[in-house]
Amino acid sequence: MELLSGADMIARFLQDEGVEYIYGYPGGAALHIYDALFRQDKVKHILVRHEQAATHAADGYARASGKPGTVLVTSGPGATNAVTGIATAYMDSIPMVVLCGQVMSHLIGDDAFQETDIIGVTRPIVKHSFAIRHPSEIPEVLKKAYHLAATGRPGPVVVDIPKDMTAPTERYEYVYPKKVKMRSYNPVTRGHTGQIKKAVELMLKAKRPVFYTGGGVVTGRASEGLTDLVKRLGYPITTTLMGIGAYPQSDRQCLGWLGMHGSYESNMAMHHADLIIAIGARFDDRVTNNTSKFCPTAKIIHVDIDPSSVSKTVRADVPIVGPAASVIDEMISLIQGKEIANPEGLAEWWQKIDGWREERVGKLYEPSQAGEKIKPQEVIEALCRVTRGEAYVTTDVGQHQMFAAQYYKFDKPNRFITSGGLGTMGFGFPAAMGIKQNFPDEEVICVTGEGSFQMMMQELSTIKQFGGGVKIVNINNASLGMVRQWQDLNYKSRHAHSYMESLPDFQKLIEAYGFTALRVETLEELEPALEKTFADTHELVFLDVIVDPHEHVYPMHVPLGAMRDMLLSKTERT
Amino acid sequence: MRHIISILVENEPGALSRVVGLFSQRNFNIETLNVAPTDDPSLSRLTVTTVGDDRVIEQITKHLNKLIDVVKLVDLTEGNHIERELMLIKVKALGAARDEVKRTVDIFRAQIVDVSPSLYTVQITGDAGKLDAFLQAMAPVGILEVARTGVSGIARGDKVLSL
Repeated sequence: MELLSGADMIARFLQDEGVEYIYGYPGGAALHIYDALFRQDKVKHILVRHEQAATHAADGYARASGKPGTVLVTSGPGATNAVTGIATAYMDSIPMVVLCGQVMSHLIGDDAFQETDIIGVTRPIVKHSFAIRHPSEIPEVLKKAYHLAATGRPGPVVVDIPKDMTAPTERYEYVYPKKVKMRSYNPVTRGHTGQIKKAVELMLKAKRPVFYTGGGVVTGRASEGLTDLVKRLGYPITTTLMGIGAYPQSDRQCLGWLGMHGSYESNMAMHHADLIIAIGARFDDRVTNNTSKFCPTAKIIHVDIDPSSVSKTVRADVPIVGPAASVIDEMISLIQGKEIANPEGLAEWWQKIDGWREERVGKLYEPSQAGEKIKPQEVIEALCRVTRGEAYVTTDVGQHQMFAAQYYKFDKPNRFITSGGLGTMGFGFPAAMGIKQNFPDEEVICVTGEGSFQMMMQELSTIKQFGGGVKIVNINNASLGMVRQWQDLNYKSRHAHSYMESLPDFQKLIEAYGFTALRVETLEELEPALEKTFADTHELVFLDVIVDPHEHVYPMHVPLGAMRDMLLSKTERT
Repeated sequence: MRHIISILVENEPGALSRVVGLFSQRNFNIETLNVAPTDDPSLSRLTVTTVGDDRVIEQITKHLNKLIDVVKLVDLTEGNHIERELMLIKVKALGAARDEVKRTVDIFRAQIVDVSPSLYTVQITGDAGKLDAFLQAMAPVGILEVARTGVSGIARGDKVLSL
């Protein structure tokens, strides 16, 4: 048995848990822990420039790797700065453990210096939280935190650690707990076989089926199984924004993604379907549009690991609570050797879908003419070509996010990394940093806009210190594009605070940190500049592309309408 | 419809706030709430009465079950059950009303547990409807203070909510 202080237990536990990188920022209440980290060299600490960036970086790593990200912040402002990142991870079910320093136990409740009730503040945005009450609890509580974060429906877990719990003078026995037992937490490991049989019967009989799959397939590492299942059946599939890449987008059966700015054919197929096979998706408002008009002729099979997601907004006819991977495997074994009942019906269905597809060919947007500003869509298409669709792409939030999702084609899961649920501006750059530092040889791109980038651009300094050659593609329309789009549509183009009159000279700004910046204003310059941007995988390059500020994202759901009710351009609608 | 949900939670600091927070966070409604430790000191029993249609109640029970501190729960209104609430009430008891209050207390099988020259303190148990009726009966006399515990309940027959 070893005797360790609370702080040393934390450092040691992180090593034993296999944590390689933690993102954080020191402060009074966390200093014992920082000292323990200083005295070891296995766990690498990345000093961010704002705690929100620590959470996004850990989150980006978690999304790309499937393993929990780790964050360490101090009490009070350190912890409250992390709140947006915790909420971002919570909304997208991302595994993360956030260790927060806290004032000494005897000061709690006294409004002590840098005291915040962070357990209270984060209560609605965590999967669970713990407060350490005795140093000897530390190994077990941390093990529980990582277990909770990563299993079942993943999510962030906060651990509040009063400073006296980590005091160097008090030592206790340390044993790494290999297992964890919680009587009130037993996430399901497989779906109900009877329900799965029922679902498979419906699937084989369907005439107009559509798979609708979400982030649960990505976090549940079920994309291989899903691809197998969908290919066997020959059915069309649409994914959510969070589910992009779980099924190869280049495959003919993939209709793209669905919802407010989803593809025309996805939304049309959903509306006209007679069976929707939803897996790891949660029927959120950006997908369904008006739930009372949602898919009027469809029966719904809903597979989700979280029972509270099933029948939350749209009633499921066949609910199945279980992990995507095991349910899909069971479906495959039940389908094996069986034929679909209605191949002619399916052929007709595909004809219809192909018809919808063809309707929009060449009409998705109007390419820029000579002398005109570049269209944002053109930037993403070029980016996808130059990187052969193989990069990790993070985004911020707004028009550029939608364009990135629409025009970059992903064939692999965990590659498109975006704040889908919370919609956090400022997410993309630190998330890209987190991915790049963990996967230094991969190409990692942050597609951003000048609005979002300015929310977290201080992290340039972190990369200057620790490395992380991300490529930043700034879709610069000198406006908050999505806000502007809504103002165009709903407020007679009164652009209240949606444009930026005083943008910095990004080139000088980036150069001040010692990195390269390129600026592009014409389409001819674009591809050569992109080639230059990607010349060295390990160098941070900022590519500032000046684009047409008048462009809108289409298709766009008509508010309160059905899935099929869409604006298709500034002048067309369904 | 009104539902009575009994919940066994870990007797941990913050467990109650997670349950209560869930209701406000998700826009569910709490009519009454009652909580105390059980015979097992590691568990508290919480009883909530809430109102909602089937969809809402389904969401409430699912979300409660999702809380890590919630060990087990039952919607008592799904089956036969016993529902009790305790109320302590101070009423004016002056002149002719003093006898009248005593009679009404007897009719309701309540008890006078404290007296002063001008008022009675009455203890009454029953379901929420009985307590409401007693309050109505006392209103003309003059109610000075009311302390209700909120509903507690237990299933009839062999059904048991325990680990």
